[in-house]
Amino acid sequence: MSDKHTLSVLVEDKPGVLARIAGLFSRRGFNIDSLAVGPTEHPEVSRMTIVVNVEGSPLEQVTKQLNKLVEVIKIVELEPTASVHRELVMVKIAATAETRGQVLDTVQLFRAKVVDVAPDAVTVQITGNAGKIADFLRVVEPFGVRELVQSGMVAIGRGARSISERNLRPVAVPAPPAAV
Amino acid sequence: MSEQITGAQSLVRSLEAAGVEDIFGIPGGAILPAYDPLMDSSIRHVLVRHEQGAGHAAQGYATASGKVGVCMATSGPGATNLVTPIADAHMDSVPMVAVTGQVGSSLIGTDAFQEADIRGITMPITKHNFLVTDPADIPRTVAEAFYIASTGRPGPVLVDVAKSALTSMTSFDWPTELHLPGYRPVTKPHSKQIREAARLILESRRPVLYVGGGTIRANAHAELRLLAELTGIPVVTTLMARGAFPDSHPQHLGMPGMHGTVAAVAGLQKSDLIISLGARFDDRVTGNLDSFAPGAKVIHADIDPAEIGKNRHADVPIVGDVREVLGDLLVALRAEAEAGRQGDYEGWVAFLSGVKGKYPLGYDKPVEGLSPQYVIERLGDIAGPDAIYAAGVGQHQMWAAQFVSYEKPRTWLNSGGLGTMGFAVPAAMGAKVGMPDTTVWAVDGDGCFQMTNQELATCAINDIPIKVAIINNESLGMVRQWQTLFYNERYSNTDLHSKRIPDFVKLADAYGCVGLACDSPDDVDSTIEKAMAINDVPVVVDFRVHRDAMVWPMVAAGTSNDDIKYARDLAPQFDEDDL
Repeated sequence: MSDKHTLSVLVEDKPGVLARIAGLFSRRGFNIDSLAVGPTEHPEVSRMTIVVNVEGSPLEQVTKQLNKLVEVIKIVELEPTASVHRELVMVKIAATAETRGQVLDTVQLFRAKVVDVAPDAVTVQITGNAGKIADFLRVVEPFGVRELVQSGMVAIGRGARSISERNLRPVAVPAPPAAV
Repeated sequence: MSEQITGAQSLVRSLEAAGVEDIFGIPGGAILPAYDPLMDSSIRHVLVRHEQGAGHAAQGYATASGKVGVCMATSGPGATNLVTPIADAHMDSVPMVAVTGQVGSSLIGTDAFQEADIRGITMPITKHNFLVTDPADIPRTVAEAFYIASTGRPGPVLVDVAKSALTSMTSFDWPTELHLPGYRPVTKPHSKQIREAARLILESRRPVLYVGGGTIRANAHAELRLLAELTGIPVVTTLMARGAFPDSHPQHLGMPGMHGTVAAVAGLQKSDLIISLGARFDDRVTGNLDSFAPGAKVIHADIDPAEIGKNRHADVPIVGDVREVLGDLLVALRAEAEAGRQGDYEGWVAFLSGVKGKYPLGYDKPVEGLSPQYVIERLGDIAGPDAIYAAGVGQHQMWAAQFVSYEKPRTWLNSGGLGTMGFAVPAAMGAKVGMPDTTVWAVDGDGCFQMTNQELATCAINDIPIKVAIINNESLGMVRQWQTLFYNERYSNTDLHSKRIPDFVKLADAYGCVGLACDSPDDVDSTIEKAMAINDVPVVVDFRVHRDAMVWPMVAAGTSNDDIKYARDLAPQFDEDDL
């Protein structure tokens, strides 16, 4: 059983919310493997996909502490079998006249895409899950990887249901109680 | 178009609308605009001498009165001086709102004069915090701050307001509803968990009610007593829960933990069911966690789900307000009792009564000089259970927790989680402002007292007649105790020489307080009575006690509760056959 879990975290799109989450992970000694943030179909809500490595502290403590943050609306764990996980890598691979053909074959094999070409290198974009990307990088490594940039993992559940459906209706909260 | 006012006026109106009656603070550049309308407000502002005092005063005010405590400071150093009390309030779940000024919004991020990113600094030590740069956001932010601070698990909320927002024009609209989609504290316990808890309570043979500070925050002391008396289950009250259950009650075993009673430590350690009510299995209570209460199942009730299972596995987790949990448990257990089902705890109660009788709290009277425990014991007897006691941190704090008999909630104020020396004087000041008709004693150490005693000026000038008992052993006593026990009596930097410098009686006098001194057991009662008779100005009593007294019992840090020492090199003997 892997110690890694993928959490989808819906947060209010407010200044400082990323700092709150990063600070929480750091001060509680939780390990982030990857973090990606972006907007959602609701303008006031951002979605973070956090891959957390829970060696040492149980996942339950991580989600409970995250839930305590006022700006965290909802946390869903995306099980690998019930969700689609993708990350994006752009990699600059050395490619001379002799090796370019082999590099391009590999790119085709992995359904990656060439996004830039120079006389002695090609820049390739590949998307996929962590396994596919690791395989690709292993295969192109002998050609010479000049530079590599990788996005955080993003993930979404399979099927028609949305994790944001139930939680985004406005919530009426009573005004603060008068002092006791 | 609605009436146009300044952001500063909007801030003061918002505080009034939130029900604020008292604020502790100090003005300065960035918060200055707010102090102008504050002068015309119904809110009383107490001008303190150091922002840390404002924060601890707000804590004492909140803890004693149950209202939200409010402190105010300017940007930069004013705000950073609030960091210690904010962290303290966070650890001890004190409802508090801190309002700070921030430099103008165009200057934020430029390293401007007196700029500090106080929102960033306090992120890990607040329940939530805000930076307001748009004056239109002031009323809603203040409403949210008070709501968040006072509901769920209470805690400190910081509102940082840019000076430009205070000086700009805006309109005032107090919100009728709040939009906090990520903040929905669960107060009502799950009925299935209540049934399961009731079942375990009836099945167990050695149950104990482990009562934490959440019981006081939830105002659940009456329900606690009903449940304890219905079931006959023994009770321990943690350092944060002293007063939640009367010390005079026969079912009370006392305080558990590092300096707890033998009966309370044994009551947890040897139990088969711990019913935790608003407590958090802190390391000061559990000792070595792996060997803590090895035979016990745990019912863990807390309003904060993250506390449940954090340190100790919970067999029955109950998320909810302790008062509601106790109310529902009472209903369930009364129904069981009517059906003839009650727990059988006879052997257990007899065993613990035996331990309690055999190992009462006590201390050795010194051959000569004044015993600190005796002073505190007499103070508790003379001032009585109606008074409020605020302590600093160290030996005197433990003795005040042990030797004062608490009968009522909200009469014991201390810094439990953070362990902030210097807490007592400003916390007592805040408590006295919140509860002006109650006698408030600060039980302080000579080390602690020298960290925050400048608030005596605030007390003297603002008619806040607190009483301070300095337990003057001229050393950092608890550290010295550890040096005695664990560092071969090498007393590195713990000697304060405070019987010589400063002269606390003269210091009290200089601050416009009455200063008294006492160094003989024969004078203790008369000195306390003299202090009790002075109610128009603050009183400071310098109790010059002997320095070698130690706090017992003790479970050394990191060791097992099984290794509790009743006194130095003296372990209690349990007659396990009684179990």
